[in-house]
Amino acid sequence: MRAKIVVNGVGTELELDARESLLDVLRERLELTGTKKGCDHGQCGACTVHLDGRRVLACLTMAVQADGREVTTIEGVSGDGGGLHPMQRAFVDHDALQCGYCTPGQIMAAIACVAEGHAGDDDQIREYMSGNLCRCGAYPGIVAAVREVARGGVRPEEA
Amino acid sequence: MRPFAYSTAATVAEAVSAAAAPGTRFLAGGTTLYDLMKLDVEAPAAVVDVSRIAELARVDTDGPDELIIGAGARMCDVAEDPVLLRDYPALAESLAKAASQQLRTMATVGGNLLQRTRCAYFRGSGFPCNKREPGSGCSALGGLDRGHAVLGGSDACVAVYPGDWAVALLAFDALIDVAGPDGERTVPLSELHREPGDTPQAEHTLAPGELIVRIRVPATAAGRSSTYHKVRDRESYAFALASAAAALAFDGPVVTEARLAVGGVATRPWRSREAEALLVGRPLTAESARAAGEAVFSGAVPGRANRYKIELGVRTVVDALFLAARKEESR
Repeated sequence: MRAKIVVNGVGTELELDARESLLDVLRERLELTGTKKGCDHGQCGACTVHLDGRRVLACLTMAVQADGREVTTIEGVSGDGGGLHPMQRAFVDHDALQCGYCTPGQIMAAIACVAEGHAGDDDQIREYMSGNLCRCGAYPGIVAAVREVARGGVRPEEA
Repeated sequence: MRPFAYSTAATVAEAVSAAAAPGTRFLAGGTTLYDLMKLDVEAPAAVVDVSRIAELARVDTDGPDELIIGAGARMCDVAEDPVLLRDYPALAESLAKAASQQLRTMATVGGNLLQRTRCAYFRGSGFPCNKREPGSGCSALGGLDRGHAVLGGSDACVAVYPGDWAVALLAFDALIDVAGPDGERTVPLSELHREPGDTPQAEHTLAPGELIVRIRVPATAAGRSSTYHKVRDRESYAFALASAAAALAFDGPVVTEARLAVGGVATRPWRSREAEALLVGRPLTAESARAAGEAVFSGAVPGRANRYKIELGVRTVVDALFLAARKEESR
């Protein structure tokens, strides 16, 4: 079926097979490979994107369900000048990654976590970030990064 | 994945009429259905997307007689409903402790009621499973059954009902309104899920093409002193090994009303009226709580590696009862 999805602010018309996941459309057809495929079954969080501003798993979202809606991926979070998003900056500052595979999903979840108001303390951050698994175990750095952004400690980089 | 016809419905009437064709399934959040389609466990001929039906998402928790929660409301939103948080914490907690925030943002409170089991033999195609392929056998019986049910199982299936929300709703006598070709009808939640018996593939009592439109919870004095206690392998984002929804009302120290249901241990959401009766008419003590927990599990049948669930379940009930009672004291 014919669908129009706004991805990172750009309207895109696509002919979709109903079986296609939003994740596969982003990666294979729109070449936005920042969003990662981990388990492909909603268990790891690596494919986290924002749909109409709320965090969802792209692997369990049929692409046709995004018709007429806005998708934001990790490629779409930087400022107008291309500088890092404050959450990206905080992940770098706090060494919140090792191999980096889960990082785009972590950052999309983390941005939402702060926006939702679920980053009040470390316990709440851990609870609301629990859907994103990090096999390298960078969790302490991730919690520190989210905590810092929630407290307004990081400013966007000047482009 | 097998090909299927996809359509969207704008109203409940449209959805019901589109679902008249055989092999049609409703799609809301998709977190169970689409996942199982990828595994070839589900292979619908047609999918009707009900996620854009505005009337399904209506929530009204301000009325004096009952909570009204549209089936299409998202789990993450209902988990933060201020009335639920204040007056029915067990309901809010059961949602907040389920899945991850991403999944709760996608999944609806209606679809969640019929979430399918996480039994690995059901999800994987390499082993016989009576639920996936009736008559093929149950690989969990005598197999890897650490996560399986000790209550409500049969010779055909011991798969656990995986949800939390339905367990809490069951304790509160929730009612489910469904729309079908002949109009609306109401099903008590206690009659929605089935034990596996000889037909584990039949998990609920809805007719093909019937759509859950709303959940109603009658007001009760036991709402405020309630909790959903969930014990799992990790602190967050895991299915229950054992869980309990407990709700109490008191007159002074004496329990006047008790509501108790358990999850993670049974083939369907599981309530114990016998255990509730043991609690009423006396103060809550370590002894009465233990007796209630043991009553819940009096008919438990362990398998090979899940005997621990009986003692764990009893203790989960005891803890849940005291957590619920403590909410009364803190007011």
